[in-house]
Amino acid sequence: MYKIAKENLSALFQKIAGDKELYLPVKNGGQTNYAAWDETVEVDIDTLKTVKSAKDAFFPQFETLYNVKREGKKLDLQQEALKDKDFVIFGMKACDIQGVKVLDNVFLSEPVDTYYAARRAHGIIVAMACHEPEESCFCKVFGLDAADPSAADVATWMVDGELYWKALTEKGEALTASVKDLLTDADEAKVEAEKAQIRAIVEKLPYSNLSLEGWGGDATDVKFKSPVWETLYKGCLACGTCTFVCPTCQCYDIKDYTTKDGIQRYRCWDSCMYSDFTLMAGGNNRTSQLQRYRQRFMHKLVYYPANNNGMYACVGCGRCVEKCPSSLNIVKVIKAFENEGGSKA
Amino acid sequence: MSECTCNPGYTKDTLVPQIGVITDIREETPDVKTFRVNALDGGKLFEHMPGQCAMVCVPGVSEGMFSITSSPTNKEYQEFSIKRCGVLTEKLHSLEVGDQITVRGPYGNNFPVETELKGKNLLFIAGGIGLAPLRSVINYVLDNRENYGTVDILYGSRSADDLVQLKEIQEVWMKAPNVNVYLTIDREQEGWDGHVGFVPTYLKEIGFDTDKTALVCGPPIMIKFVLQGLKEMGYTDEQIYTTLELRMKCGIGKCGRCNIGTKFVCKDGPVFRYDQIEELPDEY
Repeated sequence: MYKIAKENLSALFQKIAGDKELYLPVKNGGQTNYAAWDETVEVDIDTLKTVKSAKDAFFPQFETLYNVKREGKKLDLQQEALKDKDFVIFGMKACDIQGVKVLDNVFLSEPVDTYYAARRAHGIIVAMACHEPEESCFCKVFGLDAADPSAADVATWMVDGELYWKALTEKGEALTASVKDLLTDADEAKVEAEKAQIRAIVEKLPYSNLSLEGWGGDATDVKFKSPVWETLYKGCLACGTCTFVCPTCQCYDIKDYTTKDGIQRYRCWDSCMYSDFTLMAGGNNRTSQLQRYRQRFMHKLVYYPANNNGMYACVGCGRCVEKCPSSLNIVKVIKAFENEGGSKA
Repeated sequence: MSECTCNPGYTKDTLVPQIGVITDIREETPDVKTFRVNALDGGKLFEHMPGQCAMVCVPGVSEGMFSITSSPTNKEYQEFSIKRCGVLTEKLHSLEVGDQITVRGPYGNNFPVETELKGKNLLFIAGGIGLAPLRSVINYVLDNRENYGTVDILYGSRSADDLVQLKEIQEVWMKAPNVNVYLTIDREQEGWDGHVGFVPTYLKEIGFDTDKTALVCGPPIMIKFVLQGLKEMGYTDEQIYTTLELRMKCGIGKCGRCNIGTKFVCKDGPVFRYDQIEELPDEY
């Protein structure tokens, strides 16, 4: 294990960015989100949660798939180049990393999404333990450990003004070697104490002991038909905020953008909350917000687990808890079913 | 993932289409055209099985999922019968022979012509443009006639002018040995001396034996009443196949649009046996 003083982090970032793209939490306009590092940005690694998750690094909100040029009747098509350079994403929390694993099951299953696969292959994840988990967090419910983000290439902990650094994979070792002259040796005692402290905070969080009993891959019939949805959905404004801040939402649209040079075919995030999501010339199979609201949570807590060995498509990051304007987040859904006894039906 | 032929060593993504060229356009009805599509080298775009679909795109306009109406036994080209009913289909109908479009696929499962349907007596029931996916199966069966039992085809549309593939029906299907074709239109029409009445009603009038496997495609309301009719006639869920149609963008079970329960219609469908449909949440 190594460490580096917080005041030397800009030197660390500069060093990493010397030969790789570096993305980290940056404060801009009062909000902190992952963005590319350069000397002018205001790095913010103190804010626990970025507004959007780190999912953009692997599954960007907008990306060009290919370009088409038309000459008379003829078309010429060029696929957009895939990511071919290594990049580092610094500061990912355990929940966001689990979010990427949820996306992996979708995008890396056959037929593989090569755009995503290229980013995954070239991405180096430097995780950061959650120094002080917040009230909206409930990652423990999904078996995650905010104190020890082990599914990364490098894990870090910020303790008393020093960042502790531990390589976990070959990629992490290589990154560590490239910045070695900025790091000093450290023992793990302070990190162990930090982990214990984080876990103690997590234990006391209000949602840490939510019960998922009754959810999972076998629950389609009981949960789909439950009358709970009929009242629960009512405040939903269909704004789609939950889907855009969510680290696991993967629904996308493919659209055309006509430029003076031709046509860009691009992919962008979409939301199952929107009424035109399923609209066809021949009709719409989800005409009510009740149906759309139910679909989102059924997918995360029932359909996805059914198709992915029980893994839930929620990581307990709590962003929807903070951002939903009607407080109709996933915690409310889980609790509503608990109270109704529906979860045990 | 497949190696791109135009640029060896470069992995082409499944979302990136091929360029296809329209080599023939047949006007079937006032609002249905059948487009013949070839690869740029003149051959077929890809191999497919009956019931599979492909994403057809007019760049700059939109992309949509259409069933491939030609049979895999056709070694020269693929065909799509497309009804004009939206922005993309309006544009497609304005295209001419020689125009290039993009196509990706084939996507989805297929009617189990080489497994469950083999050796069976087949009853095809179609309404309107719903004939498009079944035509692929019918021609596949007729081209491999020895592998199947009796073939009955019940097809109806709004009017005589709305019957798709009428020429092929009259000149090929009606003349094929051991094939019975039943046509019907919704309302009386001058010059039509065939049956008049809705498909589900005609189905019950004919009263097919239950020794068949039914393949049903058409508008949702027709499917609903045909299924009721078949059940009343003694057909079990396992004897009935149909297709589901939902909005799709990717075609590979990732974009989320056609998700019903644990299934993605683009990948796990579009063909479902009726007992499989009954297990889905009621959202299709």
